[in-house]
Amino acid sequence: MFVLKLVLKNALRHKLRTFLTILGIAIAVMSFGFLRTVVTAWSYGVEASAANRMITRASVSFIFPLPYAYKDQIARVPGVKTVSYANWFQGVYKDAADFKNFFPRMAIDPETYFDAYPEFIVTPEDLKAFRAERNACLVGRKIANEHGFKVGDIITVEGDIYPGRWDFVVRGFYTGRDASTDETQMLFHWKYLDERIKELQPSREGNVGWYILIVDDPARMTEVARTIDAMYLNSRAGTKTETEREFQQGFVSMSSAIIDSLEVVSVIIIGIILLVLANTIVMAARERTTEYAVLKTIGFSPLHIIGLIAGESLLIAGIGGALGLALTFPIAGGFASMFPTFFPVFNVEIITIILAALVAGLAGVVAALFPTIRTLRTSIAEGLRAIG
Amino acid sequence: MIEVRNVSKSYHRDSLLVPVLNDISITVPEGEFMALMGPSGSGKTTLLNLIAGIDKPDKGSIKVNGTDISTLNESGLAKWRANNVGFIFQFYNLLPVLTAFENVELPLLLTNLSKKQRREHVEASLKLVGLADRMKHYPKQLSGGQEQRVAIARALVTDPTVLVADEPTGDLDRVSASEVMTLLDRLNKEFKKTIVMVTHDPRAAEKAHQVKHLDKGELT
Repeated sequence: MFVLKLVLKNALRHKLRTFLTILGIAIAVMSFGFLRTVVTAWSYGVEASAANRMITRASVSFIFPLPYAYKDQIARVPGVKTVSYANWFQGVYKDAADFKNFFPRMAIDPETYFDAYPEFIVTPEDLKAFRAERNACLVGRKIANEHGFKVGDIITVEGDIYPGRWDFVVRGFYTGRDASTDETQMLFHWKYLDERIKELQPSREGNVGWYILIVDDPARMTEVARTIDAMYLNSRAGTKTETEREFQQGFVSMSSAIIDSLEVVSVIIIGIILLVLANTIVMAARERTTEYAVLKTIGFSPLHIIGLIAGESLLIAGIGGALGLALTFPIAGGFASMFPTFFPVFNVEIITIILAALVAGLAGVVAALFPTIRTLRTSIAEGLRAIG
Repeated sequence: MIEVRNVSKSYHRDSLLVPVLNDISITVPEGEFMALMGPSGSGKTTLLNLIAGIDKPDKGSIKVNGTDISTLNESGLAKWRANNVGFIFQFYNLLPVLTAFENVELPLLLTNLSKKQRREHVEASLKLVGLADRMKHYPKQLSGGQEQRVAIARALVTDPTVLVADEPTGDLDRVSASEVMTLLDRLNKEFKKTIVMVTHDPRAAEKAHQVKHLDKGELT
């Protein structure tokens, strides 16, 4: 009780210094938390991958299409339960310079897509309306809220990969089952795309971007992948079949330099937290050399002294860390609303909170280490002489 | 009774071994008031620290009331100091963030006394040094003489048998110094405390029954 009381009084001895140290730690922890959230958001697709979902794409590159004819052949492969498919459409919606107008637009198979992605929740009414109309689309709840889309609205997109003006009628919305589910996509009929492209560029008809497979047993994924890829080994359009997780990691690895940089900056921030706090604690302990010597003279044990120094360090680190974490949420929220489609999911994860709290706590312990050892090694006689 | 027998002590200064005390023997009877005098660097404070169990001799033995403190380890010495010795420093060494009451209470926090009993002891000590009305004052709100009297109350509060004082008047004006010395004299005469005091001040030394002079680590 006495140690706690003295820790508090000591921490408030130089109010400005303590305040600035807490502020420094708070800003550093907030930056750490924000960067970790960016890193997490970058790889949300990997985390959201289903254990029984696989992707078959062109072996040369993801940007090359695969024949629609593969669908039934893949469906017959032992272990494959469901096959769906999709195409990246892109296009330009309204002003391309406005970042909020960039959201994923994909052509899908309305009959199978939601079986392959059960985390996309669509009401039976919306799904029925969507399936019934060739140029209908379903919009993710987040992007619908952002743009104020309502059922019956027409979304006009100027095509780029697929030229022409494309009108889509909003027939419903989907919501995410999990916090990590992407709610920023616009999904429409693949057949609408295929029929129109047949008129505009007949050579591109009958192609899909990639196949989505649900397997009945995740243990058979390697076998399924080997079988499918062997089927098309010598064909014009070879395939590469992999787990959804591997497929998503492929995307993330394209940005590995950026992610690595963010990781390095995170580590630097941890160093900054440590230096800011260590500087304060070293100064404080040095100023109190005589006081610690007096306490030892009176009979206080080394444990009391450790408690006083480490307690002050942990108190400052704790307040700074808590403040930093509290600031991380509005900062992340502000970023997410400024760039709603840049990261489909931008949440401060529990693991980020735990990591930031651990970093602050660890900094508190490490910062106290050197001054504690120094104080304990200083004899009482030396400590008393430090008064000058 | 304090018995110092053939005590030697050296300190390391970088690579040099500096002898401070050389084969010192001294006896301080119970209830004695002894002053140690001598020029700076003569070893007075070192001898005081050894008697108080703050430091350990390289050679020789120190017995206080029958306990050979030169054989105790660090934690044993800490406990012994807490139970047997009261310390008075030149610069008072009060904790600035604690009130006079809290400073005096410090040594009692290591005992099993209840909060009520601690309060009674602290109040009695502060009353004894004439500062019962300054309990809630912080050190910076007290004069030098008052701070030293709070330090004396802190030294007394556990009722130790021995008081050690390292230049207790060294930082005080003449009036305050006189008040402090009168108080120490009273503690010796009325409360039979054994006092060992280091001082440069001949007026302070006049209050002692016995004055020992040290020079270059030896008694003269």
